[in-house]
Amino acid sequence: MLYVQVLVNGLVLGGLYSSIAVGFSLVWGVLNVINILHGSLIILGSYAAFFAYQYLHINPFLFVPVAALLLFCLGYAIQLVFINRVMGSPVLITLTLTFGLNLLLYNLMILAFKADFRKVTLSPPLGSINLGGVIVPIDRLISMGFALALVGLLYALLRGSRIGRAIVAVRMDREAAQLMGVNVKRIYAITFGLGAAMAGAAGSLFSVMFPISPETANALLGKAFVICVLGGLGSVPGVMVGGLTLGIIESYSALFFGPEYSVTISFTLLILLLMFRPTGIMGRRGYQ
Amino acid sequence: MMRVLAFAVAVVLVMLPALADNYLLRVATTMLMYSALALGWNFIGGLAGYPSFATAAFFGLGAYASGVLQTKGVPMPAAWALGGAIVAVFAAALGRAILHLRGHYFAIASLVVAEVLREITNSATDLTGGGMGLNLPVLSLDVTAQARLFYYAMLVAAAAALATTALVAHNRLGFGLRCIQQNEDAAIMLGINTLRYKVVAFVLSAVFPGVCGGIYASWVNYIDPTDVYDVLLSVKPIVMVLLGGVGTVMGGVYGAVLFLLMEELVWRNLLQFHAGLLGIIVVCLVLFLPHGLRGAGWAKLWRRRTGEAAP
Repeated sequence: MLYVQVLVNGLVLGGLYSSIAVGFSLVWGVLNVINILHGSLIILGSYAAFFAYQYLHINPFLFVPVAALLLFCLGYAIQLVFINRVMGSPVLITLTLTFGLNLLLYNLMILAFKADFRKVTLSPPLGSINLGGVIVPIDRLISMGFALALVGLLYALLRGSRIGRAIVAVRMDREAAQLMGVNVKRIYAITFGLGAAMAGAAGSLFSVMFPISPETANALLGKAFVICVLGGLGSVPGVMVGGLTLGIIESYSALFFGPEYSVTISFTLLILLLMFRPTGIMGRRGYQ
Repeated sequence: MMRVLAFAVAVVLVMLPALADNYLLRVATTMLMYSALALGWNFIGGLAGYPSFATAAFFGLGAYASGVLQTKGVPMPAAWALGGAIVAVFAAALGRAILHLRGHYFAIASLVVAEVLREITNSATDLTGGGMGLNLPVLSLDVTAQARLFYYAMLVAAAAALATTALVAHNRLGFGLRCIQQNEDAAIMLGINTLRYKVVAFVLSAVFPGVCGGIYASWVNYIDPTDVYDVLLSVKPIVMVLLGGVGTVMGGVYGAVLFLLMEELVWRNLLQFHAGLLGIIVVCLVLFLPHGLRGAGWAKLWRRRTGEAAP
């Protein structure tokens, strides 16, 4: 029974992890940029949800679209003003640029929000349900539902909408897409905005489940890396598989080795995967 | 002219402890340390073009290896050298594992190493003191003598890094690495054993931070995992090399000196916004001076004045 409980915990956690990583994966896949800002953008979404709940009493679950919209605008602007200038540069340049932007954002967040840990505590608490001996907190269950719905929404957007097809086209062949009349710079900005929006939405959900602080950003970024490599880059289903896998692995490794080793284990796994199977579990260059 | 200038700088560097007060000596020691880190990174990042973020891992491992050895009774200089050797072996093994990755994947793999080492250091409480940090044996020297000792130690490390850079830049290894940077597949076709070259560059990029980590641990007398595995230790050397000129011999030194001068003059007055200002500088550097200060308009200006044709 314990193993089933741990498995369920892992799946619930994994659902949230997928939503954390999916924006990161999108930006990496389409823009070929590693967005070091991603962790901080998630935390920014968390803070927005936290303050909305504290001062305006808006439920964090209902705040998800607002956070997504806010972060979309921020992401769109960042791409337009900064990152579009270095598109196509070597890895070192793009990576260093997002790193510098992240330092700035991190420092601004520390100044604005302080480094204290905060958490949304829903009142009244939603409690938990008992599914045949397996106990699941309801707030986590709803978070997972929202997270998976977000990932599904992004998938549908990329497959079904005109903008989505343009994004996929740019990812497959930038020059060809340009020749077909796609405004590549605008698509880059929209893609980065979408990545940031997913981060903001995931951040709102995150604030219900975990304490937040600007210091948490790096751990979240690390998880996004691991999930992308686990699931294979650039495909939405891959991110889902990667997120769920990481959630399950973390839950079981916390059970067997103790929670303090969970980071070591997931990063060691990352290095081993990079060594032997850099294309990930769902390893193919998927075009959604 | 350049030779005279270089000689004068060398004399000043050797004589500095007799001339400067302890504050200046401390700044100079930090500059030498970062010069060695930047020169080290230049082997893998500048010459071979592999964006390594592992400097913090090597620095921290060197600091802890040498610190733990000293608490077990190994004399200080021997502990520094042994620490460097341990880091070199570690880098050789790690390099074999991750140097077949390219681009983003390599960057991430190298970035993660410091995190893993930090967690392991945190967990191995018996050996390292875990999150409580590690106290090193106190030297029975007065403050000024200690400052001089560590200054000379860092000077030797930085000079060794510079000498190695100058040596490598003009021999077979340097040409091979530049070839890898420009086109790795072509380098393989030309018969360069790319993996071996890259591993050598990676080890060179590890050894100097490793030794510096050891010296740093003795210098500050107390180390803890968040301090010596700090990701900024990976990033600052990169920024310095970008500032001074990627792939050049002296780039790392110029960059380190300039960067730390800015830090001393501007940032220490802005304690609340230290990281933010560093971020702004990094962003401006990348957007406006991607080839460093040497690659800015000056080369073009110089050519125009001397009438050479621009390439």
